[in-house]
Amino acid sequence: METRTIVINPVTRIEGHGKVTIFLDEQGQVNDAHFQVTDFRGFEKLAEGRPFYEMPAITARSCGICPVSHLMASAKACDQIMAVRIPETAVKLRKLMNLAQIVQSHALSFFHLSSPDLLLGMDSDPAQRNIFGLMQKYPDLARDGIRLRKYGQSIIEWLGGKRVHPTWVVPGGVSAPLTPEVRGRIAAGWPESMTIAQRTLDWFKHNLSRYSEEARTFGNFPSLFMGLVGHNTGELEHYHGRLRFTDANGAVIADEVDPARYMDYIGEAVEPFSYLKSPYYKPLGYPGGIYRVGPLARLNIIDKCGTPKADQEWAEFRSIDRRAVLSSFYYHYARLIEIVYGLERILEIVNDPNILDKQVRASAGVNSLEGIGISEAPRGTLFHHYKVDENGLIRDVNMIIATGNNNLALNRSVLQVAKHTIRSDRLTEGMLNRVEAVVRAYDPCLSCSTHAFGDMPLHLMLVGPDGVLLDEVRRG
Amino acid sequence: MKPRVATIWLEGCSGCHMSFLDMDERLIELADKMDLVFSPLADIKEFPENVDVTLVEGAINTVEDLAKLRKVRSRTKILVSFGDCAVTANVPSMRNEFALKDVLERAYVEHADVNPGMPIFGEHGVPALLLRARPVHEFVPVDIFVPGCPPPPDAIYFVVSELLAGRTPDPGALTRFGR
Repeated sequence: METRTIVINPVTRIEGHGKVTIFLDEQGQVNDAHFQVTDFRGFEKLAEGRPFYEMPAITARSCGICPVSHLMASAKACDQIMAVRIPETAVKLRKLMNLAQIVQSHALSFFHLSSPDLLLGMDSDPAQRNIFGLMQKYPDLARDGIRLRKYGQSIIEWLGGKRVHPTWVVPGGVSAPLTPEVRGRIAAGWPESMTIAQRTLDWFKHNLSRYSEEARTFGNFPSLFMGLVGHNTGELEHYHGRLRFTDANGAVIADEVDPARYMDYIGEAVEPFSYLKSPYYKPLGYPGGIYRVGPLARLNIIDKCGTPKADQEWAEFRSIDRRAVLSSFYYHYARLIEIVYGLERILEIVNDPNILDKQVRASAGVNSLEGIGISEAPRGTLFHHYKVDENGLIRDVNMIIATGNNNLALNRSVLQVAKHTIRSDRLTEGMLNRVEAVVRAYDPCLSCSTHAFGDMPLHLMLVGPDGVLLDEVRRG
Repeated sequence: MKPRVATIWLEGCSGCHMSFLDMDERLIELADKMDLVFSPLADIKEFPENVDVTLVEGAINTVEDLAKLRKVRSRTKILVSFGDCAVTANVPSMRNEFALKDVLERAYVEHADVNPGMPIFGEHGVPALLLRARPVHEFVPVDIFVPGCPPPPDAIYFVVSELLAGRTPDPGALTRFGR
């Protein structure tokens, strides 16, 4: 008896430290696969004893790609500890920054991280298969990606003082109102960004037929989907709203769930091979309660986007399947639609007649000893749950991170691609890259997900049933 | 031959790498002047030999981080401690005041309802955590320190351009701790 494994370590072109271990049976066929997150930071403990109002700045350091999502969820949890209702304009301004982040993060995922697979090819030279290789072969597309990401990052900087880890989102609202000058800059950069977003989406749709193999095998299975939808509207929503769960047929199985009751619906399991826990839908148990979050899930659960261009694109997207769109390859497609949506909403907000209002912050002390903040991060639903003492010092923290919600689906997807692709007797780098590419489709954020961060190493080991290492591939 | 440049992230949030990408169109200019031979943004899995400049983001948190750092140092001429986590251990070191066991138990026992228990360290499990998260220079010699959370893109551009031109940059005017 021998067990062989293939280890991909690190998984590259994703955020954070992860690896994939593929287990082979005696015939060399793929038997099982693990997606493993290999770093841990312990935010749930390290924040203990800190004043609650430091939490947005501390937890933003979970992630340099989506710090704004943590700012949102954290500030909302702090709003609850203060038991304040924040000014309406502050809500709109927080949404503005959140949408800017959706745009920049989705641009990063699509252009900088995943498009090298799509354009240069899954089997192309690994030394060139990156954003710099793209600059040489497809300079226009690479420049589009840089420009679109820059627009989202610039809005964050204009509002918050810097692009990564801005400080402007605070408990009670935001620390400064929008100025007419910044409003003007956001409006001025908008047309170019929308042109790029639309051009990229059109390109993707036009080329979809080239990726039918990926669409068929990249995490294509039934699962539940979860996300926020607008309260009483069923619209696409990234800041507020209620939780909705749907099944693989697209049927709503739980709706209008107050996010504060998340623990009634979501449990967290530990798998000893990974620092990333596996949340599951409690009513179906573990691991039957597998669900997905993020752009694909959001477009599956909503009744409409709520903006004209995005609604048109959404209708076309949903026609892929008459029930839910099940293949995780379509995360890319959903991401591009969400960029269009984000831009539409950004323009709507800057054109709001009250957006320059100076009343943007409510102040209060500790009025409640518990707060639960939720937002839709680029990668999915994010929960921050704090308990404080009477002085407002943190006693306990629980965070469920967007990527964590997808952990069961990531594992199943890696197994599906491995079974479809890996031929252990003639292993190639391109086979391994396909396994990584399905991970990239989820755009995982691993520093976030374990409240940890690092690189996701990809090192493939082939291990037989007795634990003997048969083959090993590292890219390099 | 163009200078060989690498970037690596250890225990951080990737924010320093995002700030690197925030150089925007200047990346296209830099791409002409250097070869990026290893990076989490690229697909080479094994850190290569003969690297001229490596930017190291993040604190040293696990045995794997430490092994990577030692390999990087032995194969790099100029090692840059890149960002506050590398320079001071910053937020990752906030766990240092608690016992490691308590930090892990909070996440994997108290806040878990199926299979509560510790992850398994080792080859098929996860890398063991060091007792404390520490800055890069406590383990290997560092040539250039670039503080900031994250260092702003202008500071990164200055540092990389100067190094590519064969000069030794002092980024003090462009960034500072906690910025």
